[in-house]
Order: sequence, then C-alpha cells, then structure tokens
Amino acid sequence: MAGRQSIFDKIWQRHAIADLGDGFTLLHVDRHVVCDLTGKGFVELEKRGGTVRNPELTFAVADHSISTDPENPDPRFLKNDFVVNLRRQAARFGFTHFDIGERGHGIEHVVAPELGIVLPGLTVACADSHTVTLGAMGAIAWGIGQSELVHILATQCSVQRKPKRMRIRLDGTLPPGVYAKDLILHLIGQTGTGAGTGHAVELCGTAIDALGMEGRFTMCNMTIELGARFGMIAPDETTFAYLAGRPYAPQGALWDRAIADWRTLASDAGAEFDVELSFNVSAIAPQVTWGTNPGAVLPIGGCVPDPANEADVAALDYMGLTPGTAIEGLPIDWVFIGSCTNSRISDLREAAAIVGGRKVAPNVRAWVVPGSTEVKLQAEAEHLDAIFRAAGFEWREPGCSMCLAANGDLVPRGMRAVSTSNRNFVGRQGPGSRTHLASPALAAASACLGVIADPRKLRF
Amino acid sequence: MPSLIEVAGPAAPMLTPNINTDAIAPLYRPATAGSPRPFTQTDEERAKNLFAGLRYDLADDELPDFVLNRPPFRSAKFILALDNFACGSSRESAVWYLYAFGIRCVVAPSFGEIFFDNCFKNGLLPLVLDAATIRELAAEAATGADFTLDVRRATLTAPSGRTIEFTLSDFRREALLTGADEIAMTQRREAAIAAHQERQRRERPWVLRESAK
Repeated sequence: MAGRQSIFDKIWQRHAIADLGDGFTLLHVDRHVVCDLTGKGFVELEKRGGTVRNPELTFAVADHSISTDPENPDPRFLKNDFVVNLRRQAARFGFTHFDIGERGHGIEHVVAPELGIVLPGLTVACADSHTVTLGAMGAIAWGIGQSELVHILATQCSVQRKPKRMRIRLDGTLPPGVYAKDLILHLIGQTGTGAGTGHAVELCGTAIDALGMEGRFTMCNMTIELGARFGMIAPDETTFAYLAGRPYAPQGALWDRAIADWRTLASDAGAEFDVELSFNVSAIAPQVTWGTNPGAVLPIGGCVPDPANEADVAALDYMGLTPGTAIEGLPIDWVFIGSCTNSRISDLREAAAIVGGRKVAPNVRAWVVPGSTEVKLQAEAEHLDAIFRAAGFEWREPGCSMCLAANGDLVPRGMRAVSTSNRNFVGRQGPGSRTHLASPALAAASACLGVIADPRKLRF
Repeated sequence: MPSLIEVAGPAAPMLTPNINTDAIAPLYRPATAGSPRPFTQTDEERAKNLFAGLRYDLADDELPDFVLNRPPFRSAKFILALDNFACGSSRESAVWYLYAFGIRCVVAPSFGEIFFDNCFKNGLLPLVLDAATIRELAAEAATGADFTLDVRRATLTAPSGRTIEFTLSDFRREALLTGADEIAMTQRREAAIAAHQERQRRERPWVLRESAK
C-alpha cells in the first residue's frame, strides 16, 4: 500500500521470501552476527552435517565470555573454550571473525555499526536480545535464540511473525546533563517493561532527530527492556554521515545509489500504527533505577517509592532500600561504565568530562570498559584513559564485562553498583549484586562522590 | 525437536511478574559465582541449574521453601506465572533448563517474545491466559494435583475437571505435534531463497556481499 507504509513495513516487505501462513513469514537475513556464548550453534550445525550458507554475511566476535582484565594471564584466551571454538569454526566455515586485540574486536553491537556491517534497510539477526540496538541504523534488527541461529546459519533466513507497529514520538530538547540513557530509562518508567511486547517500535520526534548515532544506539538498545523485540529509528543525514567511509559500508557510486535508496525508507506520512505514544522530554532529569527491572526508575531528585505489590517488596528487600529514602546520596561500592548500551566514545567523553580533575571516592571501585578496540584506541588518542586512570578508575580491555557477569567480571555479593548497562535484574551483575542503572555522566559523578550523584551539580 | 502432544502433571505456581531469563537460567549457582562457565552442559546439569539463584543457598543446598524444591512440584510439568514471563536475555538455555527439569508448558498472561518463539523450537508450549484465570488455576494447583494439556484438542484441564480451550495457530500446532524440523522445511525453499538473493544483487548491490574477505 504505497504512501501508507511504515519503515518497518517497507524493510519487511523487501525481505519476505515466502508467506508461511498464520502470520508467519520466511524472512531473508542480510547480516548475521555471532558471539562467543552462542558460537555453540556451529557445533549443532556440524552435528546436522550442515554448512554456513552465506559465510560472507556472517560475522563473529567474542565478547560475552572474555575477561576484560588488562593483566589477564591468558591474553589469547587459549583456555577459554568459547573463544577457541569460535576461532576454529571461523576457519572451518569461512566467515569473518574479529579476534581479540584486533581492530574490529569488541562488543558485537558496538562493532557491527562501527565497521559499517549494519546498513539502513537491512535485516540483521544475532543471538542476543540487545541486537535491537542496531535498529538505530534504520535496519530491522532482532535478537534470536540458539535454534534460530542454527536456522540462519543453514539457510540465511528466519521464520518470523510480523509484529504490530508502535510509534513513540519524543519531542523537545534534552536539558544539559541529560542524555539518551536518561530518555530511554524515563520512557520505560512511564510505559512499563511490557509496553512494547508484540510490537516493532519506531522512535521518532525532535529529541530523537537531535541525537547523534551513539545516543540512538543507546535508545534502541533498551527498547527490548520495553518488551519490544524490534526497535528502530529512520535513517537521516546523521546516519549517513556516521556511515560514510566505514570499512564495510558501500563506497563510490554504490554509496550514492545506496543513499538514494535509504532516503526512501522513512515511514510515509500516512503510515498507520497500532499504537502511537507521544512525550515531551524537555523537563526530564537524570534518571536512576531503584528496583530490579528497568522500569523501576526515578529522577535523581526522587525518593524510593512505597511498594505497589509483592514484587516491589521483594525488590526493595533485594536492593536493601527503604521507602522514602532519597536516591541521591545513597552510598555505593562499585561503578561500571561500559556495555552495549553505553561504552562508545561519546559515552566515555561524557564521563571523562565529569571525572577530569577529580578522584574516585575511597569507598568505590570504578571500571571503564570501552566497547571495542576502536573505541579504546580513540579514547587513548584523546587521553581520556589518562583522565580515568589519574582519578583512580581501572581502564579495561573491551568486552561485555560485568553487564552480565558471564566472564569472571562481577559485582560482589551485597555490593551496590551504579552501572551504565541495561539490566538491573536480581543477580545480573553477579549473585547478590545490587544494580542502579544510569547514564555514564551520572555513573562518573557517583564514582567521584561515593554516592548516587547528580552529574549536573559537578559540571553544568 | 521433540513433539508435544499430551502431558499431565503438577503445576507450580510462581505468581510473580517479570520473571526474567537471567532468573530462569542463571549463569551460576550461588555457590559457584564467578567460576568459568562450561562450554556444554548435560540435561542433568541444566535441570539442576534451573532457577538456581532461587533454589540453592551459598552452600549449594536446596532452599526448602522454593516451590520447585517442594515434593509435589519437584515433578511439575507446568508453571503458572504472571506478566512478562521470561523477559530479558535471548538465552535459549531458559527453555532448555525448563525442559530438562520436566516443564512442558508455562502459563502466563504475556511472555518475553524471544523466549516465546524459542519454546516452539523445543517442544514446550507458552500458553497465554488472563491473570484472573491463572490465579484461579493456581489455587487448584496448590495441592500438587495433575493438570492435563492436550495439544491436539488445544485444551488445558485443571484438577477440578475445569477445561480451558485455547487457540493455537495451525502453524504452531503442527510444529508441536510433529516435532517439525524447521531447518529442513526452509531448506526445501532453497530455490526461492536463491531467487531472492539474485534479485537483491541486481536491484540493491550493496545489500549482499560477494565474498567473506
């Protein structure tokens, strides 16, 4: 239906190979990114006697299972079966593997756009729920399970139900000290963690238009915490400027043709959505979570709420919090700046701008984990590492690190952490860990003051 | 994948919303926090690790109050839960752990979508019912008496004999009843896949890459 299609409809239609009935479609997958924890899919593929149908569309990177300790005694991870197997399978099946220490290595959702592997209008799948990050490029990008991963390796296709469409309009100007992370946390707090379930969410509005690509990745990254398996932002000049010259992006005449095509992707003026929401974001404050799901969030000036139900009672107990306590000023033990949500160069710049000339509080252990080798080298070229180190932060190697504690990096039991990651679930950062999600600026301010802190009071 | 046709057994009530996949399939038991994660696990280990953060103490002993540690529910075939069950991480181990423990059907008002799809690749049914009905079923489930799921008839029968009919698309139902091999089904469409790629190469040559290097 020309003139009434959303960006999601347009890209979906381009990739539909067969109607399987009952609302199911066989969808072509243009890029498949594989990480170490799910690299076991290749073992399944081998068991079936199968092969990777399109190794040139398959990219691998080890990020979840690796320690980010710069002093790691096994720097090549020769004792890590996840990494060893990924290397072996890359050689066997002929797909590209960005190995540890090389340019191109890092967190999968940081390196895939950084290298230009993800482009507007593509379909991208990866066996990780935060694949939705890549929808910020104007692509349909979604997280899959291990069985779907094997299916894609074998067929370069995925069986998908077409979701309903939701558009969330965010208008206004973010105040100083308020970032994409605050915006998405605020949104989840407003709508709840299940609001996007069953929907492909398109984010738009003047606040989205004004964000750089890195802020847009942060926004789409956490649409999964709204329940939405698909989240996306239409490509615009910001997108094209970000992509120009990236190693895997088209070049020359092909680039011009691609741009002309990408300009046609945005939702039509008459596009229809099943749900439309609209918010003005000009007055929001820095956000921080208090509970054990990302929707349990407060502005920095807020107080821990009275429990609304049994689940809240359990959350307060787990977090060691009492209703009525001001969230600002709560003593903390750990700060983690990193993860596929907030480990890009702009995140590190925002944090460093707060940290410069200050010291990490004596009661706090603070880490900065760059999202990729590229981010790390860029930060070092800008001497951001020197700012962090001088303040007492640990400057780590790229990886998922203590976002999910699958790699030996974890927040010890009972410790309270401010983290720039995406999930404050019970035990997420290590059994018994207590996580408060926030922006890199708020995390940096908290590291310096030793308590949950308002970054605006240190800088703006 | 294994088929799912009919199953009977106790239903464990876990009436909490937002039970996420980190909780269902945690990376560690409390006693093993931080130790290297094994590359593969046996079904026995998967069954043991289900809900480990809630099931074991720091000495790796079972917590007697946790529902799946209590006698009638140690052999549960069903879980009754509230909204947004299995939200969060895409880890298919959430399905594998449940299946290894013996669970064949989770009943909730809504599910994390990736988990929902993963279930159908493994012979486990995620069944959507409204919260009020689930609370009523939970009251019946407390005795540990058997519920029965019949995928052919698309019914769930409670111990009282109350039978709930649900809808299941033919696509999903066939997959469960036959244990369909979805990969083989897609591979039979190879000609259409090849034609799609050829057209894409012609119309939008930047979309597909020619070689791996």
